[in-house]
Amino acid sequence: MNIISRRSALRLIALATTVLSAGALTPVSAQERTSVKIGYALSLTGPNAGGTGITTLPNYQLWVKEVNDAGGLEMPDGKRLPIEVVEYDDRSSAEELVRALQRLATQDEVDFILPPWSTGYNLAAAPMFDRYGYPHLAATSVTDKAPEFVKRWKKSFWLLGGGHDYTSALAKVLVDASDKGVINKKVAMISIADGFGIDLVTAARPSFQEAGIEVVYDKTYPVGTTDFTPMINEAKASGADTFIAFSYPPETFALTQQVQVADFNPKVLYFGVGTAFPIYAKNNGDAITGIMGIGGIDATSEKVADYRQRHEAATGKAPDYWASVITYASLEILQEAIKRKGLDREAVSEEIATGTFQTVLGETKLEDNQLRDLWWAGQWQNGQFVSIAPADRPGASQPIIPRPERK
Amino acid sequence: MTLKSFGSVLFFLVVLAALAFLPFYAGEYVVTLMIGMTGYVVLATAWALFSGPTRYISLATVAFFGIGAYTVSVLSETLPYVLVLLAAALVGLVVALVVGLATLRLAGVYFVIFSFGLAELVRQLVTWYEVNITGTLGRYIFLPVTSDGIYWQLLALAAATLLFSWAIGRSRLGLALKVIGDDEVVASHCGINIAGVKLALFSVSAVIITLVGAIQAPRWTYIEPSMVFNPTTSFLTLIMALLGGVDRLWGPLLGAIPLFLLFEWLSANFPNHYPIILGLIFIAIVFVLPNGVLAAAERIFSKRRGVTVPAANQGGAL
Repeated sequence: MNIISRRSALRLIALATTVLSAGALTPVSAQERTSVKIGYALSLTGPNAGGTGITTLPNYQLWVKEVNDAGGLEMPDGKRLPIEVVEYDDRSSAEELVRALQRLATQDEVDFILPPWSTGYNLAAAPMFDRYGYPHLAATSVTDKAPEFVKRWKKSFWLLGGGHDYTSALAKVLVDASDKGVINKKVAMISIADGFGIDLVTAARPSFQEAGIEVVYDKTYPVGTTDFTPMINEAKASGADTFIAFSYPPETFALTQQVQVADFNPKVLYFGVGTAFPIYAKNNGDAITGIMGIGGIDATSEKVADYRQRHEAATGKAPDYWASVITYASLEILQEAIKRKGLDREAVSEEIATGTFQTVLGETKLEDNQLRDLWWAGQWQNGQFVSIAPADRPGASQPIIPRPERK
Repeated sequence: MTLKSFGSVLFFLVVLAALAFLPFYAGEYVVTLMIGMTGYVVLATAWALFSGPTRYISLATVAFFGIGAYTVSVLSETLPYVLVLLAAALVGLVVALVVGLATLRLAGVYFVIFSFGLAELVRQLVTWYEVNITGTLGRYIFLPVTSDGIYWQLLALAAATLLFSWAIGRSRLGLALKVIGDDEVVASHCGINIAGVKLALFSVSAVIITLVGAIQAPRWTYIEPSMVFNPTTSFLTLIMALLGGVDRLWGPLLGAIPLFLLFEWLSANFPNHYPIILGLIFIAIVFVLPNGVLAAAERIFSKRRGVTVPAANQGGAL
């Protein structure tokens, strides 16, 4: 008797639990999704705010605006859900970034997370994206180690190439020109003793050696250098036809002025970060014609031209000529993958890795989770920073070597 | 041991145990939050350990913090984790001894400037080394340390720091420090080995700060000088300690927790205004609470009770 009653009591409890939990579940499943939550943590303040504000944030704003103006993100069933943005400031601190990402994943439970700006911060973010199963479209990370990272973090995508890509493309441009006999095979180069400058100069030395280019002058300068006269004079005396500076924006701007003052007219001038900023053209006018740098855009592409126009209309400023368009394309890829697979992050990541997408860059497909169809070098021609390498890719412009003498 | 002190020890242990079990019942985000908070509690307490009694305002916090992080990044592949931490502490100690011997005779504003310069110097040295010797700036840290593990390590370090700070406060060393802080001439006439005492405290404080950097580093995977030698860390530590009050054991802790939470809230709700608000808080602390909240609270309470407060210590923190 006792046993039976206990058994029936258990049964009753089981039944009650089932009914109750079913009852409790019903309203949840009946609740319709009304939005898609997209989160990002960016360096809105602090030393990284400059780069973030030029390349990353405006593109996120543009994309969200465009998607929401169109009624929202399209789901596989054709329904559109507006984007709800969750935004954090990491104050240019890696620890804050890691925490903000965890907050996005575990507290806000956003559907997708957009990556931060710069190589270092994307690497700091990668383990977090991986841990919580979010696809990570690193559009502003330049790293030669992408193939290793892809193995480590399956859902990470590296879209901006590595240092070697850029320097070997530059070496090729120089070799092609010297084969035509327009420049000699000597290079004078300087580089900043900081992140990007070091990575690039370390990649450049072997690239030039392989290409048979002789580096006749190779100096590193500390962050904050403002007077380049001694270096310019030594480069001038070195007999090299090519002057390269793997510089950051402040020195790129300073160098552009100082080579003019010193009346230094090498046949090839190549500067680092900042060359692709729209403000570079604004500040320097015609003097920059023929100057080369990293990146560049397809001058023949209507899509890119259209994108630049929309960017300027929506955010009030022109996009840069390098990573901006890649950042925007990464968002288009994400949007299309969501349209095909919905909000299942696993399926979306799989789609990003294997699918083919129509983006502002044209037909875009990732190889081993990396974007390899990139422009490695550009040159200012007629007020545009156009792509010149790889020369055999459709849309490449002819490099002007030697660069026109300044008037 | 009196009943009262026994009670506070018990309370300390209970709180510590509760915090240690936090990862088992709280969500992941809470653990992350606690990592940041505990990190700053340790930094502020360690900072006040030296700067509180001696009144040497140090902006070198981030120099040691960065040294810790860099040591981990250099050695993480070659040594077991415990040895890596030990090595980081050792490097921090050696740097602190060298720097301390050279500079602790500086006084007042000269020391402030020097300590700020030290952070920049270390950063430039690391950069120079990476540029000219290794040829790459960033370093990777792939250690299988979980958030929970980092949290527990920081918690243990926090407990140890507070205990140490408490013990110093009641030792002869602590008394000597207070004398030095009030008047160095008097201190030397009392036969106190000023340089030795200062050096000892500076080194301990530096080692603790180095360990914070070392413990937190695995969370970032990738480090470069601009990331780990970020001067904001020094300023935040300073502000937190000053807000709480540097000459009290719990002062830095009570400054670190509210400020940390405030900044966390700000970064979500006013993402673009952080530097402005940071500056305003700095000004407010210096003008309104020169001795910290704890001292202010004590003054208000004692006024109510009608007890006069000794005026000697007022306005002297900076």
